[in-house]
Amino acid sequence: MTEVREVEGGAGDFRVTLVQKPRYILEEKCTGCTTCVEYCPVHYPDPFNQELSTNKAVHIYYAQAIPLVAYIDESCLYLKERKCRICEGVCKNNAIDFQQTPRKMEINVGAIVLAPGFEPFDPAAKGGYGYGKMPNVVTSMDFERLLCATGPFEGEILRPSDKRHPHKLAWIQCVGSRRVTPGDNSYCSAVCCTYTQKQVILAKDHDPGAECTVFHNDIRSYGKDFERFCERTEKLPGVRFIRSYVSVAREDPVTHNVAIRYSTPAEGVQEEEFDLVVLSVGLNPPAGAEGLARRFGIELTPQGFCKVDPLNPVKTSRPGVFVSGAFQGPVDIPESVFAASGAGSQIGELLDYRRGKLARERRYPPENSAGVEEPRIGVFVCHCGANIGRIVNVPATVDYARSLPHVVYAQEQLFSCATNCAKEITDLAREKGLNRVVIAACSPRTLEPLFRDTLREAGLNQYFLDMANIREQCSWVHSKEKDAATRKAKDIVRMSVARAGRLEPLQEFDLPVNKAALVVGGGIAGMTCALSIAGQGHAVHLVEKAADLGGIARKLHYTLDGLDIQSYVRDLERRVYRNPSIRVYTGAEITAATGYVGNFETRVRWDGRTTAIQHGAAVLATGADLYTPAEYLYGQDARVMTHLELEGRIAAGDAAVVNAGRLVMIQCVGCRNAERNYCSRICCSSAVKNALKLKALNPGMEILILYRDMMTYGFSEDGYREASQREVKFVRYEPQAAPRVESVTEGGGAFLRVSFTDPILGRELFIDADLIALAAAVIPSAATRELAALFKVSLGPDGFFKEAHVKLRPVEFAADGVYLCGLAHYPKHIPETIKQAYGAAGRVLTLLSHDTVVASGSVCEVAEKRCMGCGECIAACTYGAIEFRETKLGKKAVVNPILCKGDGLCNAKCPTGAIVLKHFTDDALLDQIDATVEEGAFAGGKG
Amino acid sequence: MCAGRVDLSFVLRAFLRGVDGVFIGGCRLGECNYVTHGNYHALNMVLLCRRLLEHIGLNPERLRIEFMSGADGILFAEVVADFNKRMAALGPLGRTEGLDRKELAARLEQITRLVPYLKLANREKLAARLGRAEEWEALFTLDEIDRLLSDVVAFHIDPEKCQACLTCLRRCPVDAIDGGKNRIHVIDQDKCIKCGTCYEVCPSRFSAVTKIAGGPLPPPLPEDARTIVRKRKPAAGETPAAE
Repeated sequence: MTEVREVEGGAGDFRVTLVQKPRYILEEKCTGCTTCVEYCPVHYPDPFNQELSTNKAVHIYYAQAIPLVAYIDESCLYLKERKCRICEGVCKNNAIDFQQTPRKMEINVGAIVLAPGFEPFDPAAKGGYGYGKMPNVVTSMDFERLLCATGPFEGEILRPSDKRHPHKLAWIQCVGSRRVTPGDNSYCSAVCCTYTQKQVILAKDHDPGAECTVFHNDIRSYGKDFERFCERTEKLPGVRFIRSYVSVAREDPVTHNVAIRYSTPAEGVQEEEFDLVVLSVGLNPPAGAEGLARRFGIELTPQGFCKVDPLNPVKTSRPGVFVSGAFQGPVDIPESVFAASGAGSQIGELLDYRRGKLARERRYPPENSAGVEEPRIGVFVCHCGANIGRIVNVPATVDYARSLPHVVYAQEQLFSCATNCAKEITDLAREKGLNRVVIAACSPRTLEPLFRDTLREAGLNQYFLDMANIREQCSWVHSKEKDAATRKAKDIVRMSVARAGRLEPLQEFDLPVNKAALVVGGGIAGMTCALSIAGQGHAVHLVEKAADLGGIARKLHYTLDGLDIQSYVRDLERRVYRNPSIRVYTGAEITAATGYVGNFETRVRWDGRTTAIQHGAAVLATGADLYTPAEYLYGQDARVMTHLELEGRIAAGDAAVVNAGRLVMIQCVGCRNAERNYCSRICCSSAVKNALKLKALNPGMEILILYRDMMTYGFSEDGYREASQREVKFVRYEPQAAPRVESVTEGGGAFLRVSFTDPILGRELFIDADLIALAAAVIPSAATRELAALFKVSLGPDGFFKEAHVKLRPVEFAADGVYLCGLAHYPKHIPETIKQAYGAAGRVLTLLSHDTVVASGSVCEVAEKRCMGCGECIAACTYGAIEFRETKLGKKAVVNPILCKGDGLCNAKCPTGAIVLKHFTDDALLDQIDATVEEGAFAGGKG
Repeated sequence: MCAGRVDLSFVLRAFLRGVDGVFIGGCRLGECNYVTHGNYHALNMVLLCRRLLEHIGLNPERLRIEFMSGADGILFAEVVADFNKRMAALGPLGRTEGLDRKELAARLEQITRLVPYLKLANREKLAARLGRAEEWEALFTLDEIDRLLSDVVAFHIDPEKCQACLTCLRRCPVDAIDGGKNRIHVIDQDKCIKCGTCYEVCPSRFSAVTKIAGGPLPPPLPEDARTIVRKRKPAAGETPAAE
């Protein structure tokens, strides 16, 4: 509701004028109860739900909106015609305020991040595919809302014409993308192939019998785990992927079914009717990008996205203004996340001298521990809007909770997580003298930290909380069996209350943080990351295995957009060596790594000695290797080379390469197969890049690229198009009919004969080439596995480092204090590597800028008397957190709580019950198990 | 908390409370997000527990473990639906097996008391990292479990030899030894977890603790016959000698 009017000043000191539009609701008074919404007489199409359903003039934007309060928009009768005002009458809290006017304010900031996102392509503008005319042609954004539980039909997929369940669905790919026709975008939108697969999977979840057809061009499964995801989708019963351009032929005037015309090589042109057609629309620049660019004084690209420095893709043309997300161009979630974190790190560099000057420490009331031995449990049952309340009978569950032992108070809440409800929990805990709180809502994975905070605000120990998950584990999976879901919710609450009664207050403790960082790997990723960390006042130890810095980039010479990589790497290297905070260890090897977040010790062997490095954080940026092809005569015939070797020879001006008459490139060598089930992401652009370079040097050269799917996602699609225009030939091959290469001497010439099947002609063809370039797969380096073992981090199924979360935490490991970036994470282009390296630096700084880290209270502890010294716990602990201590009564196990991760394996091994995982004690869990069955339901008593 | 935290006694308790089936979900084997690989421990526990269920006459199908990732929602739904179907087909706990509730509860309680003993006796197998699924069932055989449970050891303090030196009494992790200064030590068999600590620590010159496998135990000495009458007061530092 706020807009930026004006930006003055410069990096480090911007003055920004904001205008906040009136909400006509007093934020601090609105509880989000939605009574006003119920009484509002104005229905209008809901923009959040793609206008597929209606909303009221006063409404909450969407179920998870922050703040969760209503607003009144311009369709309001009072605002338009000065009548109605019903909402004012029904609001119990007097939160409606029609007197509000736009509020102008000026703020002073050091840096600016632009994250305005993107605008979905609007197919109605061109009238293509019947969108806007035929009701059952929808966009993927429309379909996304149809799939959603908070969508227009509460998660039921109903087609617009008759609100019936569509059974036969079609998706049309590349709508608005990869086209040079006016009104369309020339680039590839990069995310549509995979989001379509997700929508197919979800559609099949809703209706397992649904027939889903995807009409596509190349399937661009270039991202991490995308290839597997695509395979999973293809293998679902009733799912077809058809490679064909299509047109929407007609609409049945009675059924409103939509007929699509397409063609396949085997059967020619056909027409088929579908109940619903989804247009996989691409990503446009955000609406109003020009105005935004004007106000912020930044430049845009010809496509209308933010113009960035390719060597620093989060930097705009104006110092102090950064960008993240899809305003940089079409990108997927992980790249948006690491660009955001990267922008954060660069702002940290810019404003480091003022770090912490405006911070205020959060103060909690003192912890009240009086009388906590006797449990007084409060139960709050959340409606989660309609997520829970629509299925589970919440009032009945509250009544039931009141009947449970030790429960002194229970009530329902609309959204327990909303600020006002959290406040209510805090207030009631004080008022009713609660000392244990059960929140029956969602998974503790999402909101446990928030509710622990709520307890602290109430002066309670934060471990006095238990969350009963009645959403993910109940309402969401039992949406069609309301009574059973209510019974189950009661069971879950009963079990949670049983455990809550056994909860004990636990103390977390602060660990000091060593302010230095270790960066392993001195390629572009490692150097960029090291420089950004050092730029914020931290010592960095940069460890490189090879004799020189630079990594694989030393073998690269130019990018598709014409950057000189060698001079960039030399400059980076110079900056690293000149930085007094960075210590470089080349020719080095890591021999041991111990410690934990904030306090690591890593031993490095270099220059004939071993150094122990103390550091608080570690970044693993060890790069990747290239597959050595065993295919296509590679290694046997000098005329067969990899793309990387080809690039080196082009850069060196090798006459045999530059003057060659015919060159064949073969893509997907060593990956996208059973052994390496992933796409190496960079090879298609490399092929296009080398082809264009060669065409520039020798326009007469014949170049043929044999590919499976051209993965020129995003703006590199323009390179692909340019190559075709310059007569580079592209022929697709199927993996089961891979090309064959033989060495042939004929008519006085020696050639490499490449035989392949043209899928359109359906015939085998051959071409006699002078040279062959192979797109050899990017594979994990041997060091990846070794480092994973040393730093106790994990690898994904393809042998690359496994991040904590593929979408949301793409630069962190599950192990605290260890981060990753670059090719060791997954193949990627240089600008992506740079973004991710800044992203990792951002996360490192989040850790290192604190003086302490907080260690969990839920760790193991040994009751010494009960320990018989058998050592089973020590054998079970993979973190080395338990050791023996000699006592007068023999050997006893003792836990180092800093190293303990709280997995509790030792607890299950201990024969005497001496070792206890706090917060998950045997007593608490056995009580919870006892409560699975209602009292008296079975003869077996408590043991 | 890891799947490996699920204690054998948790599963037994659930059956004791009358649930018809217990399902344990763990991460995919070999794909631990940490370095713990506790799911292998959970698997071993389940394999042991299934044999124990068989031993007491319950269908081992009632306990199931499956491994999947957070992204395997569809698989999870399929597996749980299948488990539900099987449990519904099996019917209420004990009924299909022909066990009445009282008898069943007695058997489960007896096994629960032996959990510490079972953990100690199978410590190596419980820490194994198994390979292919075909090998799993062979980790524990029914014969082996039958034998283990028929040869349950018990510890006994020979009242003739006990010098009431307090060593075992102090070291017993579960306070199962009754006695005191000049009072002969007696093991409370209901409290004893058969860990053998008393057996290990009893000074060798007394060797008062014996290990008895399977056979009947001598009755405990009556309360009033437990006082040791000594001939002379032992000198400082000297161990009291037997009468």
